[in-house]
Amino acid sequence: MTSTLSRAALSTPASGRRTVRRRPPRIRVTRALYFVGFLVVTAAIMLPVIIIVLTAFKPAAEVNAFPPTLTPTHWTLDNFRAIFSELPFARLIGNSFVFAGGVTLFALVFDSLAAYALARLDFRGSKVLLIVIIASLMIPFQATLIPIYQLISDLGWVNTFAGLILPRAADAFGIFFLRQFFLSLPRDLDNAARIDGASEFRVFWSVVLPNAIPALLTLGIFTFVNNWNDLLWPLVFTTESDHGTITSGLTLLTGPGGIIPQGVMMAGALIAVLPLAILFLLVQRRFIESVASSGLK
Amino acid sequence: MTTSSLQRRRPWRPPGQLGGRRPLNDGFRRRAVVVGFLAPALIILTAFVGWPMLSALRLSFTDASGFGQETWVGLENYARVFTDSSILQAIGNTALYAVLFTPVALIAALVLALAVNSPQLPFRGFFRTTLFLPFIVSLAVAAFAWSYLLDPQIGLLNYWLQAVGIRIGNVLEDPALAMPTVVLVAVWKSFGFYMVIFLAGLQDIPKSLYEAASLDGANGWRRFTNVTFPMLSNTMAFVVVIALIAALQAFDQIYVLTGGGPYRSTQTIVMEIYQSGFKDLELGFASALSYVLLVATLLLSLVQFLFFGRRGEDTSS
Repeated sequence: MTSTLSRAALSTPASGRRTVRRRPPRIRVTRALYFVGFLVVTAAIMLPVIIIVLTAFKPAAEVNAFPPTLTPTHWTLDNFRAIFSELPFARLIGNSFVFAGGVTLFALVFDSLAAYALARLDFRGSKVLLIVIIASLMIPFQATLIPIYQLISDLGWVNTFAGLILPRAADAFGIFFLRQFFLSLPRDLDNAARIDGASEFRVFWSVVLPNAIPALLTLGIFTFVNNWNDLLWPLVFTTESDHGTITSGLTLLTGPGGIIPQGVMMAGALIAVLPLAILFLLVQRRFIESVASSGLK
Repeated sequence: MTTSSLQRRRPWRPPGQLGGRRPLNDGFRRRAVVVGFLAPALIILTAFVGWPMLSALRLSFTDASGFGQETWVGLENYARVFTDSSILQAIGNTALYAVLFTPVALIAALVLALAVNSPQLPFRGFFRTTLFLPFIVSLAVAAFAWSYLLDPQIGLLNYWLQAVGIRIGNVLEDPALAMPTVVLVAVWKSFGFYMVIFLAGLQDIPKSLYEAASLDGANGWRRFTNVTFPMLSNTMAFVVVIALIAALQAFDQIYVLTGGGPYRSTQTIVMEIYQSGFKDLELGFASALSYVLLVATLLLSLVQFLFFGRRGEDTSS
């Protein structure tokens, strides 16, 4: 899908550039107006992001000033200093990386193993198993949260990474998604390795997985972002604020009855978004593709 | 997943057989390999999806409170779900949320998808990337930004609206405006997601259809109503269902912005599950409510499955 997207995006301006010169000025003006108009619309839509970035650099006096302004008159890093000195903020960032990264890593390994069995090892009951897995996709995690909490609590895993990560270490969507991808890989690849005497695990690890890196990346990004941004899950499984993630920790300190000022809050928000924004800009095509495929596959 | 694809496949043979091992040993080894591949994921899914689903069902018929004793209370919890006026209000609020969220998010997504798909627009890649950015912002963080923008004293948006004569006051304290506001935050966060799905759908429409329509003298609007919209109907039906399912789970921005208020006007099912289950420790009741959510989601998924069942098979074979 992305290949068609990007091809379309690339080819139109290229072929357009040549014809634009010959186009009557009226069409160029229309295009320019369309561009400017849409730029304004986009800027309006992006206002919340813009306000996060600009407010994060505003001194407290300007944040609370009336009339409010968009841009800071004096740029300052005080808000960033405050959030690290007044909150266990570095801890929260670390927790987020361990939680979202841990879930992603485990889920990729466990999902791809199961997906491989479903795609490549014909065993009795594989069809039934696949149907059960697809059916379990439809269960919203909010509906099973209470028994999961009881289980985690019985294991003594509340406020631990094990409690946060393990329940999500495998995921029905990931298994289904990777199975579909493995099926699309030519079987001759792994059969060749099998004839050479490779064990099934070796075929999986050295032949199939390296060819599935695009799908693994796509799924990995999707899983990482979803978990990084999740609020309810860390809210339930971490009861002490310094065990939370950046999303839940910020919420506890800024939500109803929150104690930190707006400017500091926006600095926190900016730091919470930054890793995802960088990840997104690095691999935006794959990222957008992952969304399109989560919808259509 | 179809039988035809299974039959076409060569039967899987373990490497041992090629080495000339005994068939009996083979069957065992083969099963061990399958179990080895499946076990980690299946253990996790059984422990944290399958078992909790059954456990929640059992809990929903008890008065469990998290402290030892649980008494079987039959359908009492369910009776409370459907008679307690405050719970009915939460269910009604969730329905209202879904009814507001779905059309607004999807129309915004479709309009923007058409705009960034139009060859008339220069730098489409830039716009596509930028408009997708809100999707990677968490709902909680989006809620911070919006609450600051809408703040009645120091909010920039509130100030600008007042400058053009629109007084909205404190939207989060206003029982009539709190719900539209939490919906707006969700629409802002998620339209990019639906936009990308629409874009994929738009890319699949054959160019020849537009050319034919143009030859027949169809203008832009007619091309949309006669070509784009009908060709997008599958995508549309799919997106409507997933948007409704997402709306049923509304929680994050409500927790951050209103806590369910004012006067419970933004209290949703998941907010109620969280409060009754984790604050009031009425586990039995919260489980009954969870099952209401579960059944509603399953019904929507069933609709989707009936719509897309055949298509799903096509892509997998």
